[in-house]
Amino acid sequence: MNRREGVLNEKATGATGQDGLAEALPPLTRNEALVESARCLMCYDAPCTHACPTHIDIPKFIKKINTGNLKGSARAILESNLLGATCARVCPVQELCEGACVLGAEHKPIAIGRLQRYAMDYVYAKGADIFLTAKTSGKKIAVIGAGPAGLSCAGELAKKGHDVTLFEKRDLAGGLSTFGIIGLREPVEIALAEVAMIQRLGVRIETRREIGEDLVLADIQAKFDAIFLSLGLGATPNLGIPGEEQVIDGLEYIEQSKLNGHNLKIGRNVVVIGAGNTAIDCATIAKRMGAERVTMIYRRTAHEMTAYPHEYDFIKREGVRFEFLTQPVRIRVEKEIVEGVECVRMSLGQKDASGRPAPRPVEDSQFLIPADQVVKAIGQQKAPLASRLNLKTLKGYIDVDEYFQTSLPGVYAGGDCIRARGAASTVMAVQDGKLAARAIHERLVGNG
Amino acid sequence: MADLRINFAGIRSPNPFWLASAPPSNSGAQVHRAFEAGWGGAVWKTIGAPVLNVSNRYGAWHFGGQKMLAINNVELISDRPLELNLREIAEVKRAWPDRAVIVSAMVESKPEVWHDIIKKIQDTGADGIELNYGCPHGMSERGMGSAVGQVPEYCEQITGWVMQVAKIPVIVKLTPNISNIVMPARAAVAAGADALSLINTINSIIGVDLDTFELVPNIGGKGGHGGYAGPAVKPVALNMLSALGTDPEVSQSNLPISGMGGISTWSDAAEFLLLGASSLQVCTAVMHYGFRIIEDLCDGLSNWMDEKGFKRISDVVGQSVHRVSDFKNFDLSFKAVARIDQQKCIRCNLCYVACNDTAHQCIDLVAKDGSIVPPGSYDVRSNGKEEAVSTRPSVQVREEDCVGCRLCFNVCPVDSCISMVEEPSGRPSVTWDEITQKQPEVTEDWEKMKAYREKMGIHIH
Repeated sequence: MNRREGVLNEKATGATGQDGLAEALPPLTRNEALVESARCLMCYDAPCTHACPTHIDIPKFIKKINTGNLKGSARAILESNLLGATCARVCPVQELCEGACVLGAEHKPIAIGRLQRYAMDYVYAKGADIFLTAKTSGKKIAVIGAGPAGLSCAGELAKKGHDVTLFEKRDLAGGLSTFGIIGLREPVEIALAEVAMIQRLGVRIETRREIGEDLVLADIQAKFDAIFLSLGLGATPNLGIPGEEQVIDGLEYIEQSKLNGHNLKIGRNVVVIGAGNTAIDCATIAKRMGAERVTMIYRRTAHEMTAYPHEYDFIKREGVRFEFLTQPVRIRVEKEIVEGVECVRMSLGQKDASGRPAPRPVEDSQFLIPADQVVKAIGQQKAPLASRLNLKTLKGYIDVDEYFQTSLPGVYAGGDCIRARGAASTVMAVQDGKLAARAIHERLVGNG
Repeated sequence: MADLRINFAGIRSPNPFWLASAPPSNSGAQVHRAFEAGWGGAVWKTIGAPVLNVSNRYGAWHFGGQKMLAINNVELISDRPLELNLREIAEVKRAWPDRAVIVSAMVESKPEVWHDIIKKIQDTGADGIELNYGCPHGMSERGMGSAVGQVPEYCEQITGWVMQVAKIPVIVKLTPNISNIVMPARAAVAAGADALSLINTINSIIGVDLDTFELVPNIGGKGGHGGYAGPAVKPVALNMLSALGTDPEVSQSNLPISGMGGISTWSDAAEFLLLGASSLQVCTAVMHYGFRIIEDLCDGLSNWMDEKGFKRISDVVGQSVHRVSDFKNFDLSFKAVARIDQQKCIRCNLCYVACNDTAHQCIDLVAKDGSIVPPGSYDVRSNGKEEAVSTRPSVQVREEDCVGCRLCFNVCPVDSCISMVEEPSGRPSVTWDEITQKQPEVTEDWEKMKAYREKMGIHIH
């Protein structure tokens, strides 16, 4: 069994082309699942369950795998987390459930992520629907944005019998699960299967409906009893340097690799700007789809980078070069062809507002990194719609109370668009959606 | 290095480990290979009456990812021609003069038939004979095997017939499918047997197929009880072995006992020796892993004996028999309490839930600030490994409430994390037997019991 669950395995390393981006971890065999599930101690009030943001009863679903009750296992997962199939693949389990496993200190933590995937694969392969929808409540709820938070909230409300419409601006629902997570971690089919499951719960999905464009908040407020905003984040910000127009957006790079991989042009010599998890995904795509050299540049050091440690370990083994303490100042372009990235060296000074040491340019330190393709993955802009919708914000994010209600009564929000504190992740978004659904349900029909 | 040689009722072997009478000792070629691997002896698969076997003859019980904690079988005695078996027994014995070759036999319950088979076995040059009074399936339907072992009178009668002609040591193998193992053992002693062996397999049904509702294993749509053996039966075997060792009649006969029933490792073997077995038979572990396991059986046993200062097997045999007793003789004032080593504890809380749900509710979850907290006392928004690990309460025993039941000790997955610590109870030693003799009213009347407890300072939680 792979020690680094949730991470791309060594076997897949080195594969190139589209195959190199196929789901990296194989499913557990039945025997592997039985042996691994037998290893679980079945802790009481287990720390893995505490560490999971959605608090899945992990010992419960693992023991059900061991007893051969896979439908029950899947139900135990989905009761806490409707997007269990995505989370089984994309969760940073080292930081969450597996990181808290009592077997971790001296031994090998239980491969919780992969066992969860085993139970989820079983129900999706069987086409078995776990939940029966409740009696119709007569309440109408609009959910705006079909990413993990929106799907979770919509599904939970539909389970309670509410009439839920999910509006999505893109062609496909699923949000970052569909568009933004590299295929070797989560194939697009998994995200779309979850969307279909949410639809079977009774959620109506309307795609190509964007709030602020054809959808007006006031109109929705008039037609629906409650609204949940799961708007995600905005576009990748500008670098603000000459030649920027030749730089590819990292999220688009990932999206192309998932949905249109054969037409994605990969440079021979690729520079990725940024050192978060998205940047690592971009570097992985470039490397696996044929780039001869991939360089990641970051203005701080490995110590400050926002990528998870296991992601950094992975990308180092992919043969990607790093240029730390490096700031791009100009993209060198000749006749609309990228020739390289002009950079300066940085040094770290006092801590800035983010709590990390502020990088400062070193004088006369300009140098060129030759490149024919430049990708930027430097985070996303904060919820751009918050102020246009006249919502109160906190550090640029939508401000919500402890029940996920915004400054507008009856309008709730969750997911990355409210993540003023803590790391944005799929599983946190799922939990927001679930808790907001509870709050909305209680507001509309009371606890029952 | 310890001397592993044994002399069991006159049967010598270089180590105490014999293949039990079973599929591993079915043929000359197999026994040759076993001896090459180092086995001290082999009890040939039972020969005797003509039989036919069926397919799907072995079932197995698997648990927690571990294969074959027990096996069950409906295989009968040897289905190979008698003459072929006898010829191969003679060949093996000639080739391996230093090993113990014992032949298990089972025939119709007629004196002349038993006389005939015993003589034939003796003609092979074999070192001993084991009388199979244990086979619980098939043969018993024909009045043989456990049909004999379950009736002490039959056991004594047939052993008597055998002893009339036997010139080599005769071992009587007992069936565990009986309420008191001592009775057939006494019968064998009375008939003049040279040694005893136990246990044969236990009646069992392994399971039911949840798709077809057929029994496991399925024999053409039918199934039935088969003989149960392997690691899971060891405690049953140890109990029956100790029952013989503590029975005055059997123990005074000084008949050696060949122990078997779930021996898989050298440490299992050492336990059988300590409880009075002086030769050891192995089957299921060999059927799982092959003849090669003999190497660690001998090596491990020898190393353990060296460590404990035992020079030869006979020094070990029966060392624990005097510890075997009955509840009425236990010291009611003996006190032990559970203590958890907080450095070793991994906070799985299995001791907590076991104690709280099923024992005596004397383990608490204690938060960092020293307060006792209920399980799951974290906010729904709390998550991540740092929070989960750093805020996890510790498990602590309220020793004044602990009855020393030892359940937590048994469920704890960490070696030496929970220990049962002996504590002075402050009460003089007393047994139930002594109370019954001196104060019988305490054992018969709850009010008197209450008064006794108050006087002695015994608090029930």
